Order: sequence, then structure tokens, then C-alpha cells
Amino acid sequence: MNQTKEKILKLLEDVYDPEIPVLNIIEMGIVRGVNEIDGGYEIKITPTYSGCPAMKTIEDEILDLLHSEGVEKIKVTKVYSPSWTTNWMSEKTKIKLGGYGIAPPEENSEEFIFKKITCPFCKSTNTKLTSEFGSTSCKSLHFCNNCLQPFEHFKCI
Amino acid sequence: MTNNLDNKMREALFEYLLRLGDDRLILGHRLSEWCGHAPILEEDIALGNIALDLIGQSSAYLSLAAEVENKNRTEDDLSYFRNEYEFKNLQLVEQPNIDFAYTIARQYFFDVYEGLFLEELAKSKFEQLAGIAEKSIKENKYHTRHSKHWVLRLGDGTEESRNKIQTAINDLWRFTGEFFEETEVDEILKEKNFAPDLKLLKQKWNEIINSTFEEATLSIPESKDFATGGRNGIHTEHLGHLLAEMQIVARSFPGAKW
Repeated sequence: MNQTKEKILKLLEDVYDPEIPVLNIIEMGIVRGVNEIDGGYEIKITPTYSGCPAMKTIEDEILDLLHSEGVEKIKVTKVYSPSWTTNWMSEKTKIKLGGYGIAPPEENSEEFIFKKITCPFCKSTNTKLTSEFGSTSCKSLHFCNNCLQPFEHFKCI
Repeated sequence: MTNNLDNKMREALFEYLLRLGDDRLILGHRLSEWCGHAPILEEDIALGNIALDLIGQSSAYLSLAAEVENKNRTEDDLSYFRNEYEFKNLQLVEQPNIDFAYTIARQYFFDVYEGLFLEELAKSKFEQLAGIAEKSIKENKYHTRHSKHWVLRLGDGTEESRNKIQTAINDLWRFTGEFFEETEVDEILKEKNFAPDLKLLKQKWNEIINSTFEEATLSIPESKDFATGGRNGIHTEHLGHLLAEMQIVARSFPGAKW
């Protein structure tokens, strides 16, 4: 890897997901790679969800940040395959998410709708699913019967 | 991969991508009309989320269409500056929401078809198309789970809910024949293994619908008279009204950014 590539990847750690401001786009697994293309660089990103409105903002922020850091020729390309999965989040990232008050995705399972998700506030598993759909595409709504708090959970896909 | 297409293939692929983009754009727009009006808050959020997924998928297909067409048009040009007869969506997706039961019946018919279709499209030899399909499969799973649960709940619910969903099914049934219609475009793409054989999806679709309806105590309409025309730009009166609302801002202020 050449120096500029490394520098770009490092800089991208400063681009945060506008919907989940505690995670940057590297931690989210959105950045799939940086390639050198005729005199410039191509940043490959993958959408978390097709309809995620944050993608456009993220794309703009990548361009703004890199331009301001003097990396001129930049192209952002969306890749769909392999499609984004919550498995690309590291354990460290999941802990961060929990600390922010969003229950992190548990392993690789779409079956989360049948499971008792652990409440991020009181850690009880006496919880129930309110809705598979939440304030953003990536989250479902749950309710904790123990601390009587509604909470969000980052869905597993 | 779009650089080395011959003209015949380029035109066919462009047309095909418009169909895929338009189906999801129009259905997504219809669902978005529920925003702020759904019967309960969770459902308002659910329909809004599904609408967003569909519009996002349509954006992927339409930007690929623009790239294939190679005439300096963008996905926004294709969405906002085409007229009714240039839209190639299924007539089913432009049907008005009417009530929650109609919305759910329309959505369930589409979701089941979409699930079967995407599974095949993901095998496309045109890899950008296969990639979008692979991504959409994940989203279709929870869309279908949502619409299916409502078909079951309304069908096997109260007398009123059952009547409402059955009426919606009876009314919308005639638009389901279009799912499996093919034109010359499909033939051209099938030769290169770019597109699936729609005729192969029909039996499976009927089986899934039958089994859900049985569980929901609903009956399948017997009529075999199906509407047709969407793929050739022939639409019901509802599409024009939808487009007027969807396109007015972009057409009134061309090139505006916000």
C-alpha cells in the first residue's frame, strides 16, 4: 500500500455516519477499499441499506474532506456486491454502539426478531420486539420489560 | 462492463433497467404517501422504511440505466423528466393506496414476486445487475415478512378486516398477470443469461400466494382476465396523477439543488 492510500484510509476515520454519529465509516464497514486510478484515487463504498439517506451525505463528506486535505482527484464508487453485512462490524465497534444506547447486532442472524435482545441500558433480556422498523433503515424498535425503556437495536443483516 | 455492449443489447438493457427502476420508484412513491397517515405510528415508520428501500433500489437501477444509455442523462433525469408513456412499470404498482388493506394486498403480491425474481436475477451474467439483486434480496426478506403478516392478520382477523382485504385482493388480482409477461427485450437478455425467465416464476408465485391465503382464510379470485400494457408504456389513469405530484418540483425548478 502506498503512502497516499494509507493517508486516505486514515482520513476516512474522520467521516462519521450522520445517523449514528458515534461510528465512523471505517468502523461501519462502509469503506470497501481505495484504488489508484489514472492520477487519482477511487474510494469504494457499499450502502448499508439501498434507501439509506445517509449514503449521499457520506459521499459528499468524503469528497469535501479529501479535497480539503489536498487529495484532488477522487472518485467515489458504490459497490453492491458483496452486499453489506453487520458481520463487518468489529467487536470493539459493537461495544461502542451499545455504549451509545443502541443494542448492537448479535452475530449473523436474521432471526433477531424471535430473540430477546439485551437492553442496552439495564442489560436485562426481558425485552420484546415492538417493530422490525425503526427511526432508520438499520434499526428495529424494542421495549425493555425490566427498566420499562423503549430502545433501538441495530438489525442483523 | 457497459462499455462493450452492441447497440441492440444496449437498447434492450436500457429498457429492462427502466422497468426494474420504474416498478420500485412508483411503488416506493405510493408507499411514501402513507407518511403521516398510517393507522398506527409503527406502521407509519414501517411503510416509510420500505418506501425508502424501494426508492433506493430504483436509484441503483436507474443510474445503471443512465450509464448503459450513455446519452448524458442521470437517474434524476430519468425519474423526473420522462412522461407517463415513457414509464415501463407494472400497472399494479401505480394503483392507489385506497385503504390499508389495498396497500397490503398490492405490497404482498409484489413482495412475493420480487423475492422469486431477485433470486434468479442474482444469477445474471451482467454482474452489476446481479449485485443490485444480491443487495435487494436482504431487504425483500423483511418486506415480505411485513406484508405477509398483515395479510394473515387482516384475513384471519375480524369480519370487517377480512372483507376489506378480500375486496382489495379481488380488485387487484387482474394486475398480477403482468408479472410474468415477457417481450422481445426479455428474449434478447435471456440469450446472454442477463435476465431470468419470468414464465418459470409463475407456478411458484401461485403456490406461495395459495398457501398464505389458505392460512389467512382468504380466497383466490377465479378471474383469468388480466390487465396488460405497463411494459409498453400503457397505464391506468392513476399514473399521470402520481407523476404530476412526484415530478412537479423538479420540473418547476430544473437543475435546482437542495
